[in-house]
Amino acid sequence: MEDLLNKAETQEYFINMGPQHPSTHGVLRLMLTLDGEIIKKVEPHLGYIHRSIEKMSEKDSYYQMVHLTDRMDYLSCHINNEAVCLAIEKGLQLEIPDRVKYIRTIISELTRLSSHQLWWGVMGMDLGAITTFLYGFRDREMITDIFEETCGARLTMNYNVPGGLMFDIHPNFQKRTKDFIKHFKKKLPEYDELLSGNIIFTERTKDIGYLSKEDAISYGVTGPSGRGSGFACDVRKRIPYSAYDKVEFKEIIYTEGDSFARYKVRMDEMKESLYIIEQLIDNIPEGDFKAKTKAVIKLPDGEYYQRVETARGELGVYIISDNKKNPYRVKYRSPGFSNLSALDTMARGGKIADLVAMMSTLDLVIPDIDR
Amino acid sequence: MIKAIINYFKEIFTACRTLITGMKVTGYYFFHPKEIITQQYPENRATLQMFDRFRGEVVLLHDENNEHKCTGCSACEIACPNGSIEIISKKEIDPETSKPKKAIDKFVYHLSMCTFCNLCILACPTDAIKMSKSFEHSVYDRSKLTKVLNKPGSKIMAGIKE
Ligand code: SF4
Ligand code: SF4
Repeated sequence: MEDLLNKAETQEYFINMGPQHPSTHGVLRLMLTLDGEIIKKVEPHLGYIHRSIEKMSEKDSYYQMVHLTDRMDYLSCHINNEAVCLAIEKGLQLEIPDRVKYIRTIISELTRLSSHQLWWGVMGMDLGAITTFLYGFRDREMITDIFEETCGARLTMNYNVPGGLMFDIHPNFQKRTKDFIKHFKKKLPEYDELLSGNIIFTERTKDIGYLSKEDAISYGVTGPSGRGSGFACDVRKRIPYSAYDKVEFKEIIYTEGDSFARYKVRMDEMKESLYIIEQLIDNIPEGDFKAKTKAVIKLPDGEYYQRVETARGELGVYIISDNKKNPYRVKYRSPGFSNLSALDTMARGGKIADLVAMMSTLDLVIPDIDR
Repeated sequence: MIKAIINYFKEIFTACRTLITGMKVTGYYFFHPKEIITQQYPENRATLQMFDRFRGEVVLLHDENNEHKCTGCSACEIACPNGSIEIISKKEIDPETSKPKKAIDKFVYHLSMCTFCNLCILACPTDAIKMSKSFEHSVYDRSKLTKVLNKPGSKIMAGIKE
């Protein structure tokens, strides 16, 4: 029998995962080279949802280009908007009222929470637990309601404008946010009971999809995925922007580098986000919700770069201006693209069944990768 | 040997316990249906209220005399990032001064291209347009999504200047 097995020839083969596959969460195509069910190579193919957002921004005015970033990483749309606005404000050397900074930070953290809630739900669902999906969406609904009341939209909010915010916060905003914090603090332990301790879940994530700290750094894996490998890369902590220098919070770092570590980072980050919001919500200073800007913004000649921490990692906005009313060149460094590049290293030698779990813990949003 | 067997059963026991912990949560909601927050759409259509700032679609406000505030200045058209608004203007004779002045002929709005960014509303100097709360936009024919917003026979309110 032994002999027979040794003699048997195995052959590597290709398989296409996607572009239409329910657990790639979008149109991502992975070309897998397999030996039996062992993964030899993962080659991501992109371009199925390319909308040339960078090129379109070149023809838009500085006011108009903000709303396109809603459609990149739609789960952190407010943070994307904020990044562009911060870059433009840097170019204009505009002094932003404190009120704006506080509100931006609160809504950014709410965005992060809602993104992580959705991720948690989807992560469970990818591993076969539909319950988590419904529970995640139940709590996310409260946040989208807050957004809808204050910003006017649930997902693609476009609430930031260069210089400040589109409108002031709604009178109900603070009350609703506090209600949500109270509600979610009760519900967060349920998340742990449902999934974190579940034996099926832990067996499928612990010691699987290992990414070393060196690899994380060399691939530029940032955000919760990088911090799960021990890479201290939280932009909010390293280069604070908006009101992050006024609040206390922990940078969550796990050193295991496996799927479960990345999961735990996001779970703990939710608690930190709640804590940040709690510190700010009662202290929003009075003042204008927008600094005065001209009707046509012209950035002075030069290059401007701003990085922020979205729910997925570090988003960089790079604008080159030649003193016209639209930018000369815009480049977005999206976190999803760099995070995806590490998938090959993580998955090699693993089982094909675990690939979906690994992708889930990277928290990929495909429009963010492709732009 | 015995230790291995004990460990084996211990593992099975802990595994079952973690599963039951999860089941407890779902069981709780099964017996507390009041905590379920699902909305029954479209059954609740009559009572469903969107928030005031909700961005449904762009509408041109008309008062009871079929008058609107749009001067045809095209500020909204310029502000729109994707050409969803087309202002087709005409010259008409001002009854007061009997001089020709600009007025809108057609305010064309392509709902199918609109990204609901709200920039046109902010740009309008006379607050003639606003976002409505309607959100049921589906139609069978795409051409129905191109709308002329000024009502037939409507004219500009007295006293509104560019
Ligand atoms: S909401 Fe935005 S996209 Fe829609 S018509 Fe107004 S400016 Fe254009
Ligand atoms: S709606 Fe407002 S901005 Fe647009 S043309 Fe009329 S007056 Fe000008």
